[in-house]
Amino acid sequence: MRVFVLNFKSIVIAGLVATGPAMGLAEAPKRVVSVNLCTDQLAMLVAGPAQLYSVSELAFDPRGSAMAEQAKTYVPNGGFAEEIYLMQPDLVIAGSFSTPATTAMLRRLGVPVVVFDYASSLADIRDRLVQMGDVLGQPERAQMIVADFDAQLAAFQTEATTNPRAALYQANGYTSGDSTLAGQILIAAGFENIATEAGFPYGGFLPLEVLAMSQPDAIITSNPDAARSRAEEILSHPVVEALRETTGAGWFSDRDWVCGTPFVLNAIAATAKLRRQLEGDGS
Amino acid sequence: MTRLMAVLTALMALLFSAALVLGPADIGPVESLRALIVDDGGALTLVMREIRLPRAILAVLIGASLGMAGAAMQGYLRNPLADPGLIGVSGSAAFGAVLSIQTGVAATVAFALPLSALTGALVGVFLVLALAGPRGSSLTLILAGIAISALAAALTSLTLNLSPNPFAASEIVFWMMGSLADRSMTHVWIAWPLIALGGVLLASLARGLDALTLGEDAAEAMGISLKRLRLTLVFGTAAVVGASTAVAGAIGFIGLVVPHILRPFVGAKPGQLLWASALGGAIMLLVADIAVRVVLPSRDLKLGVLTALVGAPLFLHLIYKTRKEGL
Repeated sequence: MRVFVLNFKSIVIAGLVATGPAMGLAEAPKRVVSVNLCTDQLAMLVAGPAQLYSVSELAFDPRGSAMAEQAKTYVPNGGFAEEIYLMQPDLVIAGSFSTPATTAMLRRLGVPVVVFDYASSLADIRDRLVQMGDVLGQPERAQMIVADFDAQLAAFQTEATTNPRAALYQANGYTSGDSTLAGQILIAAGFENIATEAGFPYGGFLPLEVLAMSQPDAIITSNPDAARSRAEEILSHPVVEALRETTGAGWFSDRDWVCGTPFVLNAIAATAKLRRQLEGDGS
Repeated sequence: MTRLMAVLTALMALLFSAALVLGPADIGPVESLRALIVDDGGALTLVMREIRLPRAILAVLIGASLGMAGAAMQGYLRNPLADPGLIGVSGSAAFGAVLSIQTGVAATVAFALPLSALTGALVGVFLVLALAGPRGSSLTLILAGIAISALAAALTSLTLNLSPNPFAASEIVFWMMGSLADRSMTHVWIAWPLIALGGVLLASLARGLDALTLGEDAAEAMGISLKRLRLTLVFGTAAVVGASTAVAGAIGFIGLVVPHILRPFVGAKPGQLLWASALGGAIMLLVADIAVRVVLPSRDLKLGVLTALVGAPLFLHLIYKTRKEGL
């Protein structure tokens, strides 16, 4: 059965190279289950009517999911092999962060599984959309979304900027560098990232005092959860509060920043607006 | 005795200054101390006053609390194995703190966080003393400690696992191992009143603990009320350990290691050991906190990791010794 999965994948890749709809893939999957927040949203965007059966529970949480409303028309799943198998899907879509134990189990049970890599750049988002179109046998729908995404993105990139320096600061003092999706969103919005100066190309824990000493022009922090945690306490530390008062303060909303979907355009728009405000101040 | 005090105080002052000038941001020592005293209105003063100063103050307060609590419990139980971390007092304090954070009480009521940690610590101390008895043998003391620690740790983990907050579960490590990273002056204000109160209570035990070395009957003949001694010990320990754990998590072994090292210098007088252990505890925690910043600055190494690496071998040594003495 594993051979079949491999074949399936290679057909998909062949489909990418070839022309799309009229390719060797027997027919589009009819009962698809997605088990990853990001693939959930890509699948909801691209899937045809009644093609997608279930999305992960996380897709229903408006904090992390940009499509919590749309998700309500699907059946939720908790990402466990047992329940997914009982849903009798003809395709399971997982993310590269999904537990390998689950995907391996499903494959052993004869369920085809496609694993999507997470997106770490804006170009990756196009690729994932195209990939989703091919996997679901909906390349035209995917192309439409890609074209729309490209057009909106181009509008941001034509803006000339002075590139003020911003800091992304999340729970536990985590920051994201240029080689991450969040870092790319920041660049697209016309900011420079202080994580890069501090030596974090990917991401890492930026000590609070390094943040303070780097004197960013803007600080973009995540919005603490209603249920408190010590990890998020740092976002209301007096130093962070002082930075918010003296610089531009932006908010990092998980649902638009975390997943490589066209919704990152919302994040770029909000961040670009922050930049224009800073420039308007003459700072 | 006074020489020991002078040496310990000088060492503590030195380490306190070192804690102030060391940190991930590369700032010269003179420059940083000047920014601490004179407000330059910029980032440097912010870093010194809101990040490094509270961290160093908390290291002193919490280290002194744990050292003193350890010395007091060891003096009262006449057992060198009593340490607030090992016998589950810190663990139950952590459970109290976690409960108040997760229920949201800590965010709405002033001092709810340290007070609920104190409540947790009180339950822990009561249980240990009740289970181990007034002259608790090493075996019952350690067994009671293991049971209470395990239960408190399980309840803490359960509470954090049930939390809807995605970050809560990863905080189990903080509550078990302790850390002073990213604390602010707010935490100093939360902790110090209870630590001061508990410190005064524990310091008042000095005469009683000295008398107790002659035996309970002799102590009572000298006018020491054992009941009151015990009550003062319970509340004093719970106050200092509760407040410390509420802001820094459970840091183990300081109350074990420090009195053990300092005991020979004070002529085995538990009363004097209290003060010496307070200074020694502050020194040990300052060293540990400097080490976590110098050794692995980017990894937020937990303080309990270092104190356990030093303390656990000593603990084994003490068990071996008490076994040989046939206790």
